[in-house]
Amino acid sequence: MIAGGLRRSAARGGGILLAGLFIACSGFQSALDPKGTKAATISQLTLFLVITAAVVYVVVIAGLLFAMRRASTRPLAFAHDDIEEPDRERTRIRWVASAAAASALILLLFMFVDVSAARSLSQVGGLRPLRIDVVGHQWWWEVKYPDLGNPHNTVETANEIHVPVGRPVFIKMTSDDVIHSFWAPNLDGKKDLIPGHETRTWFRADTAGVYRGQCAEFCGHQHAKMAFFIVAEPRAKFESWLTSQQSPASTPTDSLAQAGERVFLSASCAMCHSISGTGAGSKYGPDLTHLASRRTIASGTLPNNVGNLAGWILDPQSIKPGAKMPPNQLDPAALQALLAYLGTLK
Amino acid sequence: MAHAQALPAFNDPDRRPGTLTIPEEDETRARLSSSWDEGSGLWAWLTSTNHKSIAKRYIVTAIIFFILGGLEAGMMRAQLSRPENRFIGPDLYNQIFTMHGSTMMFLFAVPVMEAIGLYLVPIMIGTRNVAFPRLNALGYWMYLFGGVLLYVAFFYNTGPDAGWFAYVPLSGPQYSPGKRMDVWAQMITFTEIAALIGAVEIVTTIFKQRAPGMSLNRMPLFVWAQLITAFMIIFALPSIVVSSTMLAMDRLVDTHFFNPAEGGDALLWQHLFWFFGHPEVYIIFIPALGMLSSIIEAFTRRPIFGYPAMVLSLITTAFLGFGLWVHHMFATPLPLLGQSFFTAASTAIALPSGVQIFCWIATIWSGRPRYTTSFLFAIGFFFLFIIGGLTGVMVASIPFDLQAHDTYFVVSHFHYVLIGGAVFPLFGAIYLWFPKVTGRLLSERLGKWNFWLFFIGMNVTFFPMHILGLMGMPRRVYTYLPEMGWGGLNLLVSMGAVIIVSSVAVFLANVWVSLRAGVPAGDNPWEAATLEWATTSPPPSYGHLFIPVVEGRDPLWDARNGELAVVTGLRTDRHEGLLTSIMDAEPEHRYEFKGPTILPLLLAIFGGGAIILAIFTPWGVTVGSIMSAIVLTCWFWPTISPDHDTPRHRRRERIA
Repeated sequence: MIAGGLRRSAARGGGILLAGLFIACSGFQSALDPKGTKAATISQLTLFLVITAAVVYVVVIAGLLFAMRRASTRPLAFAHDDIEEPDRERTRIRWVASAAAASALILLLFMFVDVSAARSLSQVGGLRPLRIDVVGHQWWWEVKYPDLGNPHNTVETANEIHVPVGRPVFIKMTSDDVIHSFWAPNLDGKKDLIPGHETRTWFRADTAGVYRGQCAEFCGHQHAKMAFFIVAEPRAKFESWLTSQQSPASTPTDSLAQAGERVFLSASCAMCHSISGTGAGSKYGPDLTHLASRRTIASGTLPNNVGNLAGWILDPQSIKPGAKMPPNQLDPAALQALLAYLGTLK
Repeated sequence: MAHAQALPAFNDPDRRPGTLTIPEEDETRARLSSSWDEGSGLWAWLTSTNHKSIAKRYIVTAIIFFILGGLEAGMMRAQLSRPENRFIGPDLYNQIFTMHGSTMMFLFAVPVMEAIGLYLVPIMIGTRNVAFPRLNALGYWMYLFGGVLLYVAFFYNTGPDAGWFAYVPLSGPQYSPGKRMDVWAQMITFTEIAALIGAVEIVTTIFKQRAPGMSLNRMPLFVWAQLITAFMIIFALPSIVVSSTMLAMDRLVDTHFFNPAEGGDALLWQHLFWFFGHPEVYIIFIPALGMLSSIIEAFTRRPIFGYPAMVLSLITTAFLGFGLWVHHMFATPLPLLGQSFFTAASTAIALPSGVQIFCWIATIWSGRPRYTTSFLFAIGFFFLFIIGGLTGVMVASIPFDLQAHDTYFVVSHFHYVLIGGAVFPLFGAIYLWFPKVTGRLLSERLGKWNFWLFFIGMNVTFFPMHILGLMGMPRRVYTYLPEMGWGGLNLLVSMGAVIIVSSVAVFLANVWVSLRAGVPAGDNPWEAATLEWATTSPPPSYGHLFIPVVEGRDPLWDARNGELAVVTGLRTDRHEGLLTSIMDAEPEHRYEFKGPTILPLLLAIFGGGAIILAIFTPWGVTVGSIMSAIVLTCWFWPTISPDHDTPRHRRRERIA
């Protein structure tokens, strides 16, 4: 009966554990749900480390409980007086020495597995990698697809990185202000962006999908809302995205959007943002040339739709307190025109 | 479980260890009391140089900071209990998590471990005071002023907000304008001075003032742990002295040590900070290991198994502790080969901890455990610390660390290490030594509540954080979006925090009740082996009536069927102590401890004033230095009391 109870509670415990793992795997920004070759290697390593650690834990705790049980069965007396039995003390020395030796072997195994995993991760494999430059800013990500043959074709965007599935992506990073850290756990571990240093990393997405990442190094007020998305898509789709991003913003045709462009250029927007093909060329804030093609605004904070955009333009400080974008006072007509214009920036 | 059954041998009042039957006992006691008495009242309090009164203040102050740091953690947990919570905004949240980390590391953990050492080490090694009593007082005042500075600033909305690690350039003049990070840098200066003073006191006291016969290989493991920690402080702290001074100078007088635009380097800070910051963890952890050895020895009633292995493990841990700092920087652009050395060191350091754990298990195995609250906290250590230790080996792996680094996985890891590995032993130590310090036992009934609430709360709070971290939740975020799916576990974590808070409340209630109406403890309520239990509870201002002579590792157990040998012939009309040789503790000199004075407080006021004023104007340094120089001149002014041995007559005295 006791055994049955134990089995039942063990089953229940196992169920809870599985549920926990399931919860852990279902997040869309998760190291436990690898979608790229590096993250997959790391997650195998994680599994190995967790299982080994759990076994070691169970063995050591079992040893402790065994020691407590044995000790409690002895008649109560002063242990100090009878530890001099040399045989027993020698047995204990043997046990402790073997445990230490076993620990050393397990640690060596850990080391070996760690170092070989690290080695394999540092080797870029497969097709010629795609190069992307990322610059960290408080609190958004500047993303560039340099075209070394034709600089005019260099794509500038923000907070959304499109990559082709199956092709390695080589990222060169630095920061414009403080230290940030680039982390999309479904694809790879993190890498810091450090002002005055250039850091490099690479990853390869093996499954098409949209993967969220976010800044992992504390970088000030809005560290919490400095996210980005990696959109992994089949090669053809990626190439067409890249081509569309290479073109300057289309000139608006309807009068509302034309009015909106005038608002953009005459209000404070153009002080910080650039839209290629217009007079707005400031690099302080994110490039908005193809704003309407992005999924989110404010660095992954809000879905990109007209309502959110209006709220963000008028009062960014209530959404991201401390963000560098000031509140804007626009009359309703100007706001509507601006929103219409921004909507044309596909 | 059979616990708390007293031993027949110890209940016989005539056979208690340390019972002395020297005829002139009463007379000696009266003379020592009169020469060591510091009086009462405010002036006596401000001028005290007795290590016990200073260490008691130190401990109480550190526990107040522990409570403040805990309240900050509670506020963070309230904010994070659900997504997009608006309880506190980013500005306050960033101040609070910086305050929490800075408080727990600089104002609680390191000071409380040193303070317990400053209280117990002199009594445990059989001397009357620490080596430099006035310096010791200065250390406490500096620590107190540093802590008060931080909290006054915080309540005036000038709390630091760039993290306890204060990475540049975020903490530099450009990205943290205002005075917030200046306050942080100067608070660090205060605590550096206090920690270094404590370390110098402990090393000197242990090396030169041990009771005759207490050779290094007979020192209690707690004393070894304190000694090794003090050496770590002496080697690690200069690194933070340099870096915090460079940061303060970058901020105050426009040096550009860390400014990449002017040839400085942002990574330099990380190397300097972690060269201190990683040993810092062991500076907290090693004294806790010493406490555990004391607890386990007292409650299993046998000497710790494998004494030489224990000591060597502590020393190995201390050495390796200096070779780990880069594992905080695996995501920075350092070459993989170089980083691998730090993987090796971070993995290897698990071994000495493992050896100690195995030795303790062997001790329990062959012991006669009594499951007092103190011992339960020691058992809790095994359950919690081993989790933290194993996740520590996991994050030593570079690829895994790149996923876990700066996420809640790491938050979970180091809370298991620091709460399981240091706070649990600390609570065990409080239950062990509270009767010695106050003369009253803590309630075992409330103690069990304290333990179980803490143990359960700790696991409910920190275990789910492992999963949250792997689910992608970064550290130091003031909020998160509902669609991240972190809400449920965060709510659970916050409920765990409530359990921990209630456990600490039970502890405080226990202390309060015991101080008012606790059961009197007697000299040696646990029948433990070390010298602090040979004197009365609480100990008199002079520590031991006679300096004991030590003939083994467990003096009171060795003396159980006889009497403890003592030193006689030291002068009792002045603060006289015995200096002994470093290795074998053979008597070498008599030594006079300095008595009470206001000078340490004055120096702390002027020196500390200089440090605080420097936040606002560089002239603070000039004015404060001149004032401090005047105080120091008074401090070092040669005084020769009429009965003082002059150097010409000083000679080695053999004391039989």
